[in-house]
Amino acid sequence: MSIGSRFPKSDGVAKADGSGLYTDDIALPRMLHAKILRSPHAHARIRKIDVSATEGYPGVVATLVGAELPAKYGVIPWTHDETALAVEKVRFVGDEVACVAAVDERTAEEALKLIKVDYEVLPAVLTPEDALQHPEIKVNEKAKVGNITKHVNLMFGEVEAAIASSAAVVRETYRYAGSTHVPIEPHCAVARMDADGNLTLWSSTQIPHYVQRELSRVLGVPQSKVRVIQPLLGGAFGGKSDPFSLEFCVAKLAMKTGRPVKILFTREEVFYAHRGRHPMTMDVTVALDRDGRISAVDNRILIDGGAYASFGMITAYYAGQLLTGPYRFGTYRFDSYRMYTNKPPCGPKRGHGSVQPRFGFEVALDEAAEKLGIDPVEVRRRNFIGEFVETVNGQKITSNGFLKCLELVERASGWKERHGKLGPGRGLGVAGSMYISGTAYPVYPNEMPQSGVLVKLDRSGRVTIFSGASDIGQGVNTLLCQIAAEELHCDPRDVTVVAADTDLTPVDLGAYSSRVTFMVGNAAREACRKLAEKLQAAGGQSFAEACQRAEAAEGAPLAGTGGYRTQKLGGDYRGGTIGASPAYSFTAHVAEVSVDEETGIWKVARIWAAHDCGKALNPTLVEGQIEGSVYMGAAEAQMEEMVYDQKGLLFGPSLLDYRIPTSLDTPDLESYIVESNDPGGPYGAKEAGEGPLHPAIPAIANAIHDACGIRIRELPFYPQRILKLLRQRDATRAGERAAS
Amino acid sequence: MQKSGLIHLWINGEDHALAVPAQRTLLEALRYDLGLTGSKQGCDKGDCGACTVLAAPRGSTARGEAILACITLAIDAQDLAITTIEGLAGPSGLDPVQRAFADCGALQCGFCQPGMMLSARALLDRTPLPTLPQIQEALSGNLCRCTGYTKIYEAVQVAAGLRAPSQRAPVQSERAAASDSKAQTVTEIVP
Repeated sequence: MSIGSRFPKSDGVAKADGSGLYTDDIALPRMLHAKILRSPHAHARIRKIDVSATEGYPGVVATLVGAELPAKYGVIPWTHDETALAVEKVRFVGDEVACVAAVDERTAEEALKLIKVDYEVLPAVLTPEDALQHPEIKVNEKAKVGNITKHVNLMFGEVEAAIASSAAVVRETYRYAGSTHVPIEPHCAVARMDADGNLTLWSSTQIPHYVQRELSRVLGVPQSKVRVIQPLLGGAFGGKSDPFSLEFCVAKLAMKTGRPVKILFTREEVFYAHRGRHPMTMDVTVALDRDGRISAVDNRILIDGGAYASFGMITAYYAGQLLTGPYRFGTYRFDSYRMYTNKPPCGPKRGHGSVQPRFGFEVALDEAAEKLGIDPVEVRRRNFIGEFVETVNGQKITSNGFLKCLELVERASGWKERHGKLGPGRGLGVAGSMYISGTAYPVYPNEMPQSGVLVKLDRSGRVTIFSGASDIGQGVNTLLCQIAAEELHCDPRDVTVVAADTDLTPVDLGAYSSRVTFMVGNAAREACRKLAEKLQAAGGQSFAEACQRAEAAEGAPLAGTGGYRTQKLGGDYRGGTIGASPAYSFTAHVAEVSVDEETGIWKVARIWAAHDCGKALNPTLVEGQIEGSVYMGAAEAQMEEMVYDQKGLLFGPSLLDYRIPTSLDTPDLESYIVESNDPGGPYGAKEAGEGPLHPAIPAIANAIHDACGIRIRELPFYPQRILKLLRQRDATRAGERAAS
Repeated sequence: MQKSGLIHLWINGEDHALAVPAQRTLLEALRYDLGLTGSKQGCDKGDCGACTVLAAPRGSTARGEAILACITLAIDAQDLAITTIEGLAGPSGLDPVQRAFADCGALQCGFCQPGMMLSARALLDRTPLPTLPQIQEALSGNLCRCTGYTKIYEAVQVAAGLRAPSQRAPVQSERAAASDSKAQTVTEIVP
């Protein structure tokens, strides 16, 4: 059986021998290189841009300014609020201002110094609190009221009454720091325009279809003449799921010059492109009844969005809508503001919008359970929401393997024997979570399939799958080979995948919201099953012979198509479809930490992570997703933070200053796969790429509490913050001793 | 537009003469002048390790140590014998490190992988049977953002013949009883 096997990645050899081509590996004849001039101010009006000095500079071929590309764009059709290059205003340090194309990169970079920009510096707002208090300083004109990208305030049931009658109530403020994706491949794009007006863009994007739409709109080129190709992609994590300025710049410069143009972002520029984790300040209330059941959850959330919306409208919803499992909530309210500020735009980083509230909630749940003397694993088990149920906010949960996840990490970590008993400075903590397997509707409303797959059979026995899906390293191309092998009974090594090329492949909406395995998998299975029927009817001694006989019977080439579209899902209220998914994944983690009480320096020794992915179509790939997620979550707890000075300048936009974990900083990771066999998923599968990140942060925070009795409520858990809490703890204990 | 001078580089057992400006890095020469695009640029500052290549004194039979091509000038690499990822596989096919990385799922996006595998090769050349801490130490200059490193360690151990690839089986969850959870009446509080 191909499904469920540890089939090696279909692109494994091309990546192992260095032959696989990423976007920056593309070099076209006569290709130019372009660089982008960026704003030194957090907020300024542009009085004038003078590019005349670049004209005639040896090697410079063309320049580009914002007025040449004035159309606004954005991934969400309701919040088109950015331009490829600044028009009238810059909104953060690093915002794009002008672009130069030259014969090589260094020449383009030198020419940038010749551009004169006359700025009128404006007051900037750098925190969401300031953004609320100073509506007169307008960061982005798209905001209807002040600096609010989106405000959502929804209440399910009578929260206040439920809190009033609860046995244990915790109200605390939790602060989540901003962090960024850091794919090791910087963003890169290459464009070429032919004499017939056909534009081709190769880009390191995880959303070729949306990029095609936005390029067409902004450049005024018909969509049928825009081709977007995603070569091999060197990591994304949500950081390449917006249309980016470089894509518009290379396309426009290719049109202006008639020559191919490339832009490769420097590492510093990747930090400005950002779209990373939103900083959130959350006032969380968790109330439990006498039996430890969750009677009410209330969360007031202030979200720091940066200068542009990105997916921010959705972020304001996800911050609330995705919290309502794996536990049953009696009542629930969330009130979230996503604010514009003069900083690089935040967006969807792995676990979009829901990692932050999950941290606050899971720590508050621990605190509330402690008040009632209930074990942290037990309180989570007791509140399990069940299978095939509705959440408090009207989301339909299908399969749910959370109890098994909890049981596995409880046993593997030796929880019963070790929690609370590891001695000073060592502890265990637990947390759970839920995540979506795709969203119920595309970012632009339409009735067409969210994912389409075309499969062609050659008389040689070669199978070719055409899929618009983006393999961003998660391995969807490998899954497609496995699905073809499973349905057609062919060798998975005899399958070619043609992927993510808008001229050649049917539309898939992109690699975001953990939708790919579920939606592309269903579409591929349908396409293959249509062909399998024909092959079975044809008979034959070998696969190739079956293909030949079936083609003879058909009298035409053999091809099958499949499509996937979600049913109508979600609660019957405004925003009720946001966060509605055809299936939810579930995760439980136990983290073990050690804390040096003298210095505050702490370390995660190990994280046990169990994840319900429905069905592991390829256990090796699923484990890779779990381990990569846990690593990235632990990193946010340990060390990662986007820090700005009082003028909005990002500190150290490099990998020396913005530290990500090396092999020496990463805890031991133990991953366990749980299979709940979802009725809607392909072969029972659900997502695995984002859900397993969530519990890492609260599990670590809860483990630090077990180790030394402090509650850390602010990320990252810097040693100096731990030390401060330890000193407060000691002062409190000394006070209590004196009083007694 | 800068003046170029002629240099000689010894890459994967071949001599290359090329004209480059003085500030051309070894990484740029490999990627853009010689078409050896398997060496990757992740930061161009020596922080990420994606550009790692192996370097030994010219004439040496060993492949040598891992160096960072993005902070080595092409001019300064003339006395070295360089091995890039394109030179790691031999006539009999992939190097055991490459094979193990592919078999163990040690790669996801694959971008850090050429550098990672060359660091692993350098380790195994000097320490054929490394301990886990030795592997972690040897790879600590190569950042990977996808894997959490776990399967990379596994691949290095597999390449060294220390273990077989992981085979932990998934666990089935039992069907749970339906709970009494249901959607609550919703109130939208519009500001």
